[in-house]
Amino acid sequence: MQGRGRRGQTAGLTARGSAPNLRGLSEFLQQLLNGISLGAIYALIALGYTMVYGVLRFINFAHADLFMVGAFLGYFGGRLVPAGTLLSGLGVLALAMAGCAVLGIVIERLAYRPLRGAPTLNVLITAIGVSLLIEYSGQLVLGAAPRTFPELFPAGRFNLGPVVVSTNQLVVIGVAVLLMIGLELIVHRTRIGTAMRAVALNPRAAQLVGINNDVVISFTFGLGSALAGAGGILYALNYPSIDPLMGVMPGLKAFVAAVLGGIGNIPGAALGGLLIGVVETYVGGSAWSTYKDAIAFAVLILVLLLRPAGLLGRVTVEKV
Amino acid sequence: MSAPLLQVSDLRVSYGAINALSGVSFAIGLGEIVTLIGGNGAGKTTTLRALSGLVRASGTAEFDGQPLLGQPAHRIVARGLGHVPEGRMVFSNLTVAENLAMGAYLDRDRDRVARNREEVFALFPRLRERLRQTAGTLSGGEQQMLAIGRALMGNPRFLMLDEPSLGIAPRLITTIFEQIVAINRQRGITILLVEQNANLALEVSSRAYVLETGRIVMSGPSPELRADPRLKATYLGG
Repeated sequence: MQGRGRRGQTAGLTARGSAPNLRGLSEFLQQLLNGISLGAIYALIALGYTMVYGVLRFINFAHADLFMVGAFLGYFGGRLVPAGTLLSGLGVLALAMAGCAVLGIVIERLAYRPLRGAPTLNVLITAIGVSLLIEYSGQLVLGAAPRTFPELFPAGRFNLGPVVVSTNQLVVIGVAVLLMIGLELIVHRTRIGTAMRAVALNPRAAQLVGINNDVVISFTFGLGSALAGAGGILYALNYPSIDPLMGVMPGLKAFVAAVLGGIGNIPGAALGGLLIGVVETYVGGSAWSTYKDAIAFAVLILVLLLRPAGLLGRVTVEKV
Repeated sequence: MSAPLLQVSDLRVSYGAINALSGVSFAIGLGEIVTLIGGNGAGKTTTLRALSGLVRASGTAEFDGQPLLGQPAHRIVARGLGHVPEGRMVFSNLTVAENLAMGAYLDRDRDRVARNREEVFALFPRLRERLRQTAGTLSGGEQQMLAIGRALMGNPRFLMLDEPSLGIAPRLITTIFEQIVAINRQRGITILLVEQNANLALEVSSRAYVLETGRIVMSGPSPELRADPRLKATYLGG
């Protein structure tokens, strides 16, 4: 602990020592890029938390494990296709998203639907149970040892001015942006997306216009789980060591991101994810790198003290 | 009255140990405006919710000769039974246009949806002016118009309205009640009107039922009930 802290400090000092302005700026930009690509992944996971909260008013703790399942689907899928081409990379991504969507829908059907109308606490505890079930069945079937994630996309890096960009970072940011635009279109331009918002606003009134809430809830789980699956693959591209418990930490941070942005608020989840990713990366590259995992939670505490509904959330009165 | 459109017998609902409805029976004929009046907690809202499938009920209810109870709410809407709920329940963050589009959620016929929209605008021209506004920014009266318009988008043959006058400026109450009558006369939609404002309800309806603590205690043609001394003392303010 102490040693690492000191090393971080010396690194910071040397960076500041020689050619301070240029070095400082290039490091700032480099870390911003790293932070955005990490934050984009948190944002993808956070969207699932926030959408499910929107329609069912509970936190689906098993969501983080779909992120892990996505990474493993990518791992096995990646062995079936030629490595390092854009086409196979995107194919594996689509497969993992579809697999996670199905799993998410099945989990909702088996574990959460029977509890419709039950107190939220019961559903929350069930979610934790589902999460543990997936994690430890994962260890049982796949083993606890980490595996090396394959190179799905063409590998390479190039210089963009003072900043080194890896192709994987481009893939992460590109895919995340496209998925978020897609989500925005689904939620705001389609019939089922509008129905999702209607159910989130008032489930009873939604039934009274003929919306089958169960269908909308299944759809929401499928959509959120697909995004988590994509997040799992994108994460594994940049941190290519995967294991059945890999979802826990990113899942927690994405949950924080969702609360930070305002739980139930879709743009808020995206913003929260980016913020957490960027802040964490800067802290990780500073003298306080030991605290990089803690910073997300510190930010959360601050936001909840200053703006309890989250950055974009609105204070609402619970309806009875 | 020929074969009734809605026939309810011995409708019972309980919330835990509390009986909200203890055996309610009534019938509504095609094309009628019938009102259900009663004080707070009499079971008016529960009756409507039981019929539209929002709460579980026992007894029987036949709509158009087919059983109603036990079906999920979204199926009941599809059968042509519309419900404008208490407190309006518009989708507050959705625009007026989106609210109306959601009202037509089950209708795949684009032409009919467009026609229905025009008819709603003819009834409530204000909605056209407010089309791009989110429903939460409308006044109470406008939200009530939107709630009625949204229900009409679902092509109901039978419309249940829960306290449409609640919390609305008196000037708008008149407009809304005129349009409720118009919906009945011009579009031939049968109406069940739940109201606390008994004077108003008896004025526009042809028949009425009085509900008290989960039971129907009085019924008859509206003009007769308006003259009834017992009703005058309790509901019509003397």
